[in-house]
Amino acid sequence: MTLTPQEIESRLERVLLTVQKPGRYVGGELNQVVKDWDSIATHVALVFPDIYDIGLPNLGLAILYDELNRRADVWAERAYCPWLDMEAVLRQAGIPLYSLESKHSLADFDIIGFTLPYETLYTNALNVLDLSGLPLFSNDRTTAHPLVIAGGHATYNPEPMAPFIDAFVIGEGEEVIHEIVDVYQAWKRSGRPRQNLLSSLAKIKGVYVPSLYQVSYQPDGAIQSVEPLADEARLPVVKRILAELPAPLTHFIVPSVDVVHNRVPVEIMRGCTRGCRFCHAGMVQRPVRERPVAEIIRAAQEALDATGCEEVALLSLSSSDYTQIIELVQSIGAHFAGQQISITLPSLRIESFSVELMDRLHESKRAGGFTLAPEAATERMRQIINKPVSTQQLLETVKAVYQHGWTSVKLYFMIGHPSETLEDVQAIVDLCKSVLAVGHSVIGGRAKVHAGIGTFVPKAQTPFQWVSCDSIEQVRAKLDLLKHGLRNPNIKLTWNEPEDTFLEACLARGDRRTAEVIYRAWQKGAKFDAWQEQYRYPLWVEAFAETGLDPFFYSHRTRPQEEIFPWDHINAGVRKSFLLQDYRWSLEGRTRPDCREQCYACGILPAFSELRLAYPDAAWKCP
Amino acid sequence: MNLNPPKPTAAMRVRVTYAKEGAMRYTGHLDLQRVWERILRRSRLPVAYSQGFHPQVRLNLASALPLGMTSQCEVLDFWLYETIDPTVVAKILRPVMPPGLTVQDVQEVDLHTPALQILMRFSDFEVIFLEPIEPTGFIQRVLALLAAETLPREWRQKNYDLRPLIQSLEVIPPDPTHPLRLTMRLSSQENANARPEEVIAALGFDSLTTRIRRTALIFVS
Repeated sequence: MTLTPQEIESRLERVLLTVQKPGRYVGGELNQVVKDWDSIATHVALVFPDIYDIGLPNLGLAILYDELNRRADVWAERAYCPWLDMEAVLRQAGIPLYSLESKHSLADFDIIGFTLPYETLYTNALNVLDLSGLPLFSNDRTTAHPLVIAGGHATYNPEPMAPFIDAFVIGEGEEVIHEIVDVYQAWKRSGRPRQNLLSSLAKIKGVYVPSLYQVSYQPDGAIQSVEPLADEARLPVVKRILAELPAPLTHFIVPSVDVVHNRVPVEIMRGCTRGCRFCHAGMVQRPVRERPVAEIIRAAQEALDATGCEEVALLSLSSSDYTQIIELVQSIGAHFAGQQISITLPSLRIESFSVELMDRLHESKRAGGFTLAPEAATERMRQIINKPVSTQQLLETVKAVYQHGWTSVKLYFMIGHPSETLEDVQAIVDLCKSVLAVGHSVIGGRAKVHAGIGTFVPKAQTPFQWVSCDSIEQVRAKLDLLKHGLRNPNIKLTWNEPEDTFLEACLARGDRRTAEVIYRAWQKGAKFDAWQEQYRYPLWVEAFAETGLDPFFYSHRTRPQEEIFPWDHINAGVRKSFLLQDYRWSLEGRTRPDCREQCYACGILPAFSELRLAYPDAAWKCP
Repeated sequence: MNLNPPKPTAAMRVRVTYAKEGAMRYTGHLDLQRVWERILRRSRLPVAYSQGFHPQVRLNLASALPLGMTSQCEVLDFWLYETIDPTVVAKILRPVMPPGLTVQDVQEVDLHTPALQILMRFSDFEVIFLEPIEPTGFIQRVLALLAAETLPREWRQKNYDLRPLIQSLEVIPPDPTHPLRLTMRLSSQENANARPEEVIAALGFDSLTTRIRRTALIFVS
């Protein structure tokens, strides 16, 4: 019943020129993988549920694309959300959502794999299923439908999407994706019912099949228990990690139209030992694993050769903590001199040494400003969030930045930290002005400051999973203070709208019942919730009202320390008792030092003791 | 990283004729410049860069091909710091071309020739109609269009006269292997640039039901 690729292409030809940027919808880029459809056993569609421009640069999906396409029996293709104009055209012309490589309808695939790095993509994922003509709910899908799986950082709390997804991958996907394909192939050969597929998947370490668990609630709405319904349903489901980082990807697809982050990324390190309490990635990506300098240089050169890109981004959660950062920067200087490329090294610590590092990387280029992320403006606040930097150290660093020729400093702050007061927010204003004053004293009137304001959203699996998120009114009052206080031609202020934060806060710690809210919001037209200009907040308010769920229960509530969370049966390797201790420490204003120096028994080592024994040489940065 | 050695001067100007087809026909002019920059970076040819704060590959594309159209005769110039036999340049470029772009020809041109855009005069296009069209009535329309003294049209909220930009139109009747085709020679100069979709619209058709191919770029001789 679905259209053939030829029919899809023929219909597309007549509509593509009516939409903005049709190059998003045609594939055919350098380094895309093309195989012969009929000779492939298993077809996988990898979906980033936002537009091509946002999804193409995603490193996680690029890695899985490469992993899967190395297999002769698998063809992994890509699909992204059509933008609003293209969606209307697709629906009007009766064209299903299709893969970019072969133009097959997504319904023709064996497996559809979503990446869900953040919560505001959930409605888009539903829209992708709908545009593919597939039932949205896992229960409604049959053997005739693709298996729908999802992974990515947001799935450390998979519950809000549980009814829509057949199986979640918790953690790193490089190895487990192969196990999933193997199980799928064995099931397909067996000709057994779909339920057998789900049961077999549940046996794979790191795979969570939500339909095999029963959730019960207390009268107040908190979780009573999560019970497995089958022997193969693991409790808890422990995330998957790789003992050693695999060889870095170098054959990136090169887009023929512009996208965000149009550059090649090289992951230099996974994980972080700093333990900032608001940071989801820092908690769920443990343990720290680093790549050797030589491997990074080789990968960067190979990626440049394969793509012709002019920029390499060295990715990690905290570049300054990479053990051989000086050697890395020196080797880059020696290796890439004269090649007309730029290297970016994000996430540097606030210390003048970072300025020296950047100085070596950018011999003459000073464009784009120098980014520092103090996250909070008072030392009290920075102790609570466990990012202890003194204001003096910040100002010294900033002075070095201006002295080394940068004219603009970008400062990242978050508002809405636990126990934050308006005085703490006023301190952001004061600090920005102090930074600008430093700039003035060094380079005069050319000095600029850019304050980027995020709003803190408490996330599952972090020490702040117990805390209340600021209400829209609280956030607005804080933003007003900033907007008023930072009215200065040399200070640029950017921020997120409080409604967007609110939605993220409701979904980030949602339970299985929130799925109904997501479904209804999608029915009402909610999509592209990550796009500030797609203002659909009233739809969400209606959706909550109709389901009888209180959004404040999820966002604006301090949880009792003994509460069972909807995601407690998903284990990121860090113990809940450790997170709770860290939360308590934050209430006391007590910081926890970098755990490269001393182990604080977060739980990651016992959780993966077997793996560590199997790979004794793996360079985990646990002491 | 930007360790720029002192700038050498360009030793050779290279002119490439290439085809733009397949999915690449949906890549617009600005994006195409970047595609070419990356081709040249992949080639590792000693490509000349512009001077200034953000040195970029020096590229000169003759004429923007409207989105969606194919062509086998696009032309661009770039510069090299060394002189290399054009056949060798072609051999180096071919394996690093992305799908949809194919090198047809490589020539050396004089370093002092004016920019391609300045030399451009006309573009030839061939239009294939995807829906069946009755030839006699169509020819009448084409003749009427050519007979008109002016063809006032609007493009991006600007009024202009299309007629003087049309050099010629020709109808090729359908035969057993081809549907009806319309060929046209249109002005392709910086301030006098005609788009084939505009001619198709002036004839009373929707260009979405056509397939358009650029068949020649005509430069001043």
